[in-house]
Amino acid sequence: MDPTPALIIRDLLKSYPAPGRGRTVVLRIPRFELEAGQQAAIRGESGLGKTTLMHIIAGILEPDSGFVEVGGSELTGLSESRRDRFRAERLGYVFQTFNLLQGLSALENVMLGLAFGKGADPGAAMAALERVGLASRARYLPRQLSTGQQQRVAVARALANRPCLILADEPTGNLDAARGRRIVQLLRESAAALGSALLVASHDPEVLASFETVIDLAGLNLVAPHEEEV
Amino acid sequence: MLFLLIRRGLRQHLASTAVAVLLVALGLGLVVSVWVVRAEAEQSFTRSAAGFDAVLGARGSKLQLVLNGLFHQEASPGNITAEDYRQVKALPMVDRAIPIAVGDNFHGVRIVGVDEGFFQDLEYAPGHAYAVEPGGRPFTFGRQEAVVGSLAARQLGWTVGTTFHPFHGLDYNPAAQHDEVFTVVGRLAPTNSPADRVIWVPLEGVQRMGGHDPAAFSELSAVLIRFKPEAKAAGLMLDTRYNRKGERLTLAWPVASILADLFAKFSWFEDALRALAYLVAVVAGAAVFSSVYSSMSARRRDLAILRALGAHRGFLIAAVLGESAGIGLLGCALGFGLYAAIAATVQEILRTRIGVLLEPWAWNPVLVWGPLLMFGLSLAAGALPAWRAYRLSVAEGLSPLS
Repeated sequence: MDPTPALIIRDLLKSYPAPGRGRTVVLRIPRFELEAGQQAAIRGESGLGKTTLMHIIAGILEPDSGFVEVGGSELTGLSESRRDRFRAERLGYVFQTFNLLQGLSALENVMLGLAFGKGADPGAAMAALERVGLASRARYLPRQLSTGQQQRVAVARALANRPCLILADEPTGNLDAARGRRIVQLLRESAAALGSALLVASHDPEVLASFETVIDLAGLNLVAPHEEEV
Repeated sequence: MLFLLIRRGLRQHLASTAVAVLLVALGLGLVVSVWVVRAEAEQSFTRSAAGFDAVLGARGSKLQLVLNGLFHQEASPGNITAEDYRQVKALPMVDRAIPIAVGDNFHGVRIVGVDEGFFQDLEYAPGHAYAVEPGGRPFTFGRQEAVVGSLAARQLGWTVGTTFHPFHGLDYNPAAQHDEVFTVVGRLAPTNSPADRVIWVPLEGVQRMGGHDPAAFSELSAVLIRFKPEAKAAGLMLDTRYNRKGERLTLAWPVASILADLFAKFSWFEDALRALAYLVAVVAGAAVFSSVYSSMSARRRDLAILRALGAHRGFLIAAVLGESAGIGLLGCALGFGLYAAIAATVQEILRTRIGVLLEPWAWNPVLVWGPLLMFGLSLAAGALPAWRAYRLSVAEGLSPLS
């Protein structure tokens, strides 16, 4: 196992402009780590900052301060374009709403997961679809697939570049219980097969129960109620 | 992947894409048509002067003389005498002088009488002399024979051996048929000039047609004049002689300048067409903007997804500008098709009605700046949507957040 942790967070602070004046702090995380290949879930109700945390780890959002390192690469301090590049090459991201491009086929959507990093490779994209059992639906458009199949395409897209860390933000939020279970199982098996770490944010008890490691965001995040930073 | 996204983006909003493409095409088609047809028409009219420098005729309008003598349009302003012709022909600065007589037609096709000089190495364009097609021959003077222009032959369905009765006047009047019977002995090889539209007969054939005024038997409608190349001041000298000092005749010279005056008379129409073309170009730009902007707005989430997958901001700019460029390119391609159709129509009208051949693909700067203008407008129309895409917040674009 690679000794480099998949994720290291230190003294993370993130705030948003508040209505009126000042800023509202949404995240204050002193320390959080995920080992290489480790699989964990983050529990938290809506509005607690799960998505903000995921976006910061993915380099989509910048924290106000603190240190974030993914797979040995420090994200904080990187320029936006280098964070884009990092996200394209080293990270997989699964969204609650699947976020597939409706005008592209399943295969083309998976190719998008490679296009901005290692380069669009139909063979690798097809292999990723095979991994999630959807090779036969490669030419289908998202609207021609069931919701469960759409989320499997999203998983294939996240796996396509063989990332060191897979982030899944409420991946079962738009699925029924049975499909949700299958997606989580697929994510866990695929991440294990690739040796990728997996971090799933959810408030679904069934999802959380399937993980050995569950981190309570309320315990991790030391933001006081209505904390403001002027 | 960029081209795939651009292509799918255009296809996803097919209706607005199609409208924008059509408007760009219309804009380009109109801009190029207005500029080229105007310039080409003037040039082709000048080319169709068949190398003649001037037309000598009765006192009257120079433009009418040119149109009547060289383009076989309009009526002759009056007749001149055979002596006038002999005098001008004898001038040392005159290279060729071809007398013509008009006044008859066959079912609206003008009959023009010329002398034997017409078929004697007379060039209508450098290196191209009037000639009769194989199987025919030039008419013989003193006989009622005719050589028919290629367009007229096609229009009338005439071949060598066809006989016909001319009709009096320049306009067809069934009651004004002459008794004389003429026989077609040859077909003029195509010249792409007004000569193709008329029936050529010996000069005296028109002069002595039954019913014509016997006093006019020796009169002519006009004399087409070509100066010797070395006689640089010939035009000025004859202009002074006939137009300034004389009172009986008019020398229409220089032909190009008279034709330019003719086109100047229609400049208001040309200005209106240009304004319309510019207006359509601006509307096309607005349509591209509307199409790309609505496409970008509708695909805001898609753009945010691309960013979340690692696409940098420049990629989004390229994707949005690529759509407007795609519309511009498709529109320009279609626009040239539209221009080709417009030009072919105008070309056919001018060729059959006046005998002037338009060359729509002859070099004209608008063939370059026209598409560049429309492509530039399309790109410019995509600039604001591209800027909005550049400024897109990924987190907001992916909302609602979980």
